[in-house]
Amino acid sequence: MSGDPRPAVLDEPSQATARPAVRGRDRALLLCAALPPFGWLAIYRYAGARRSAQRGDAYTARVHLNRAREWGWYAVATAVVVLVAGLTVAALLSQDHAVVSTFFNGQVLRASLPDVLTGFWLNVRLFLLAEVLVLPWAFIVAAVRLLPGRAAGPVRALAICYVDLFRGLPAVIVIYLIAFGLPIAGLPVLAGLSGFELCTLALVLVYGAYVSEVFRAGMASVHWSQPAAARSLGLSHLQSVRYVVAPQAIRRIIPPLLNDFIGLQKDTSLVSFVGLLDAFNQSRIIASNSFNLSAVTGVGVVFVLITIPMARLVDYLTARDVRRTQAGAA
Amino acid sequence: MTAVVELRAVGKAFGQAPVLHGIDLSVTEHQIVSLIGPSGCGKSTLLKCINGLEPVDAGEIWLDGERVSGPGADLNHLRRRVGIVFQNFNLFPHMTVLDNITLAPRKVLKQRRELAEREARRLLDRIGLAEKASAYPDRLSGGQQQRVAIARALAMKPRLLLLDEVTSALDPQLVGEVLGIIRELAAEGMTMILATHEMRFAREVSNVVCFLHQGSICESGPPEQVLGNPRNELTRAFLRRERAVEPAAAGWIAGG
Repeated sequence: MSGDPRPAVLDEPSQATARPAVRGRDRALLLCAALPPFGWLAIYRYAGARRSAQRGDAYTARVHLNRAREWGWYAVATAVVVLVAGLTVAALLSQDHAVVSTFFNGQVLRASLPDVLTGFWLNVRLFLLAEVLVLPWAFIVAAVRLLPGRAAGPVRALAICYVDLFRGLPAVIVIYLIAFGLPIAGLPVLAGLSGFELCTLALVLVYGAYVSEVFRAGMASVHWSQPAAARSLGLSHLQSVRYVVAPQAIRRIIPPLLNDFIGLQKDTSLVSFVGLLDAFNQSRIIASNSFNLSAVTGVGVVFVLITIPMARLVDYLTARDVRRTQAGAA
Repeated sequence: MTAVVELRAVGKAFGQAPVLHGIDLSVTEHQIVSLIGPSGCGKSTLLKCINGLEPVDAGEIWLDGERVSGPGADLNHLRRRVGIVFQNFNLFPHMTVLDNITLAPRKVLKQRRELAEREARRLLDRIGLAEKASAYPDRLSGGQQQRVAIARALAMKPRLLLLDEVTSALDPQLVGEVLGIIRELAAEGMTMILATHEMRFAREVSNVVCFLHQGSICESGPPEQVLGNPRNELTRAFLRRERAVEPAAAGWIAGG
């Protein structure tokens, strides 16, 4: 405990600090403990500790002191939250509510909602399609990078080049070049794709590179004895990847995979740079018409909202899997 | 009678460090060969070479009169016929016991699921774990896991079974149940090579004992000779050291 929270909400100078027998750390804690309401509980417990100590009941004194410390820390933690919340509210209300009306104008939010949601449906279709395509594509790239033997050397090198290139390129540049460039270049098949399809392609290429690295790290993290056992039974390299390595890797890569998917979902907003009417583009139009940014804030909120259920779903799946293979009934 | 497996001057090195050199070994049908020797003498590496998990650098390995080592050898075909059981079981943790056993028959031998499962249940029955068919490996004891690993190798109906210190990772009271299974396999005439530290067990089940020292076979012959009356000074020294620690783990053998 080093920070001195006095500037925050300290409303009662602690009498306990004056007592000579208190250790330094407890003194600091007690200082914080003066914060209501948990601080008072801490002081109450501390007083109890003193009384027990004077009675010679060391055990009860220690119990009280532990509780006092616990409540003291709790008071500090609460104070930090109150401080942050207070500053936030103060910022929102400053300048005659300028912040609230700029970012959270209810009227603009309500009026923009239909257009924003129509636009967001495009984002949803984009990321769902891209995610579905990224998974097999990234798995193929990762599997190629892990192919053993000299014969696979050329394709391994190709996979490495692809990953290096598309992980390094900014997504917005890839989207820009593919969505504008391919139709101009007039390549057969590719030039005939719609803007939506070209953007999906760009996102799959960029995120395929990231996700393939997640797959590769996941498969490399499976202990070598597992593929060895599979190979010793006569399974081919690909069979051992398919039935033994990949299923164990999948369980480990779900959290980093979720990270990349959230990144992909957010980056669907980049398609507004090539003229697709996604939620961000709609909200920018509304913002410039109404001289108010609330519609853009609304889009941001919608993006956040869709990632939360996904995170909880992954937590649930992970916990269920741990229960099933390690402790629970078969 | 042609040998099931024959090793001719097999050598192996990890980088600059030689691990095996000049290994000649021939195992005929129904024979059981025990490899003994100090840790790091090359027992495990030798077994992995026979199974094709480690490529050999010199010499040749022949299986049923067919050369199976060297560049271009069909290792998948070799491994289909030679089973190996590892010290640390290496069961697949994401599969049930039944799936562990049926994976290779189904995917490698292309057996129908019902057929593979019937065979697997028969094997589980035999190792006394019929009721564990749908359990996951993490929920079994070490001895049970090792018995499942043996069943998994047997499901491929191997010509030759390699056992790599299969009791070394087990608590002493679990060793007996695993050795019991191996004893049964021996009685049925399964051809086996086992790397082991269980001297009494090696003496009991094997026809030939090979003493390995620093990557080569120092002495080999019937167990009574190699273990009872060794000619080589290195073998004698090794056995003296082993005997010093043996009694602690010997209790289960008396019980059989």
